[in-house]
Amino acid sequence: MRPWSFILHRIMTAVAATDVSAGFAIRARGLRKTYPGVVAVDHLDLEVGSGECFGLLGPNGAGKTTTIEMLEGLTRPDEGEIEVLGRSWRHDAAEIRQKIGLSLQETQLNDKLTVYETIRMFRSFYSRGRDPDAVLSSLALDEKRNARVGKLSGGQKQRLAVATALVGEPQVLFLDEPTTGLDPQSRLELWEQIRRFRETGGTVLITTHYMDEAERLCDRVAIVDHGRIIALGTPQELIGSLEASKVIELATEPELESGLLTGVAGVSGIHRRGPNWSLNVDSLVDTVPAVLRMIEQQRVRLVYLTTHNATLEDLFVSLTGRELRES
Amino acid sequence: MAEQRHTWPPLLELTLVRFREFIRQPEALFWVFAFPLILAIALGFAFRDRAPERIPVGVIEGVTEDLLVALEQSPALTPRIYPESAGREALRTGKISLLIDRDEAIVFVFDPTRPESRTARLETDDALQRAAGRKDLVPVENRESREPGSRYIDFLIPGLLGMNLMGTGMWGVGFSVATSRMQKLLKRLAATPMRKSDYFLSHMLSRLLFLFLEVVVIVAFGWIVFDVAVRGSILLLTVVSLIGAFTFCGLGLLTASRAQTIEGVSGLMNLVMVPMWILSGVFFSSERFPDTMQPFIKALPLTALNDALRAVMIEGSGLMAVAAEIGILALWCVLSFVVALRIFRWN
Repeated sequence: MRPWSFILHRIMTAVAATDVSAGFAIRARGLRKTYPGVVAVDHLDLEVGSGECFGLLGPNGAGKTTTIEMLEGLTRPDEGEIEVLGRSWRHDAAEIRQKIGLSLQETQLNDKLTVYETIRMFRSFYSRGRDPDAVLSSLALDEKRNARVGKLSGGQKQRLAVATALVGEPQVLFLDEPTTGLDPQSRLELWEQIRRFRETGGTVLITTHYMDEAERLCDRVAIVDHGRIIALGTPQELIGSLEASKVIELATEPELESGLLTGVAGVSGIHRRGPNWSLNVDSLVDTVPAVLRMIEQQRVRLVYLTTHNATLEDLFVSLTGRELRES
Repeated sequence: MAEQRHTWPPLLELTLVRFREFIRQPEALFWVFAFPLILAIALGFAFRDRAPERIPVGVIEGVTEDLLVALEQSPALTPRIYPESAGREALRTGKISLLIDRDEAIVFVFDPTRPESRTARLETDDALQRAAGRKDLVPVENRESREPGSRYIDFLIPGLLGMNLMGTGMWGVGFSVATSRMQKLLKRLAATPMRKSDYFLSHMLSRLLFLFLEVVVIVAFGWIVFDVAVRGSILLLTVVSLIGAFTFCGLGLLTASRAQTIEGVSGLMNLVMVPMWILSGVFFSSERFPDTMQPFIKALPLTALNDALRAVMIEGSGLMAVAAEIGILALWCVLSFVVALRIFRWN
């Protein structure tokens, strides 16, 4: 690729991502939702550009589902403003519903109906949309066309849920943890579907607690914890914001005290990660030998050692001190 | 680009869905169609017409044994001989309805709260007095009436029809709604442009389809097997069934409008239906309950439905005669729909 076209491309994506007046598919300002004893979402602001794939990343209970369901018009926020495709839920709910598609977390469609009957019913609700059979074949469900929903596998059910979201030809797709509990093959297929939807200019808002999913699918990611956005940016920006870009994970017997590890030159952060210590470092070639020397001096046995480039998971750990999937 | 129509209108699609989810549950089909017929057969034969049974009465060995011959002359009695203690035991356990003892006079031992015992007392007295030579002072003649319409099965068939309309309306709508809410399907539907009124209407329309089948099956069965004829107009019977079905459809919706679990909705359903099974004259006339309860019983939707069905089927009544019952049903119907729609939860 020639340098100037690369630069032009960067400029255009930057413009698309920052155009405030026209380019937003979803805007939310000051969203707040409380349930008895819990603040689920706490003054959250969100802007998703048209054609963008935006990820809400966070542990269970962070407020992702409450947020997405407020954006979908299913939950009324206590405070705050929401605009979807330039319209507000308060005045134009029917119009917005015609233009969005969604899959909820854990919806069970009617077991007694066939795949085709289900998708046909959903199609009938939209004034315009796709041929049910075409949607089924694009999701590789045509072979199951006449099978009862109750007989489908988990992956097939999830694909059908996405089919119900796509059959109304939406401009915005909301997916709440669409790949949770899916086998790797089904996850890949679903990612492919999302990519194809985006090729038609569609906007996607997805929640997930899988880092790799967010890194691979999303243009921008918001990391949510306790109902607030604690970090926002492209996956690369977010990972780049870590002081140290490499991670060493290790475990010893008996266990080392954290003070000994932070004392090693080049270690800028340390976190617990299951049974292991996770160290943030700038340079593996400098720091790994230093860590090993210290372990030798302490006369403890090294039982586990691995290194990798920092991920969103590491960012989450360094921001909150907790792991994404533990809470 | 011309918009191609891929489906029928949403109301029709939703109604088809209701229809499919119902006929694909064999257990639902059993409760709607087979169960009332099994009940009708069982009860119809249990209470079928037959020669009146002889009432067993006891005489005491050595004490009143000499009355045996006189009692055997009575067509209504079956006298048996017991030793004294066994005789009292037989009376206590209901094997005999009356025990004949002797003090200075003849003594009838019986429980006056048991109708059979009171009959036994009259028949025994009559048999003994006749044997002793009593003659009737006023000449009487017995003429037996066995007209269709006065039998128990004639009473039962409209009651079963009413009970069935209630049960299928409430379970059919209530279960479907509660299950859908539990599975978050209602929430998913609420996120589409589906009109909420279409969802509710689809329940009513699918009921209409099954209503037709239910009424035809039960009425035809009563007619063919037990010769229970519909004396009034078929059209009026249809109208009464229709409004009854819609009323219980509304009550089913109301019962399920907030229930979060199947257990919850089942409990509420039973709370609504069981009192009506007992009070509203399904198996026996509601007139048997005390007068103070009658205004309450008359106001129940199943009482109104059963009374109207009986009036049309057995008595051949016209519209004016059942206008009050139709009014009560209509009121329940409107009320339950209005409240249900107001408090309905989609998630």
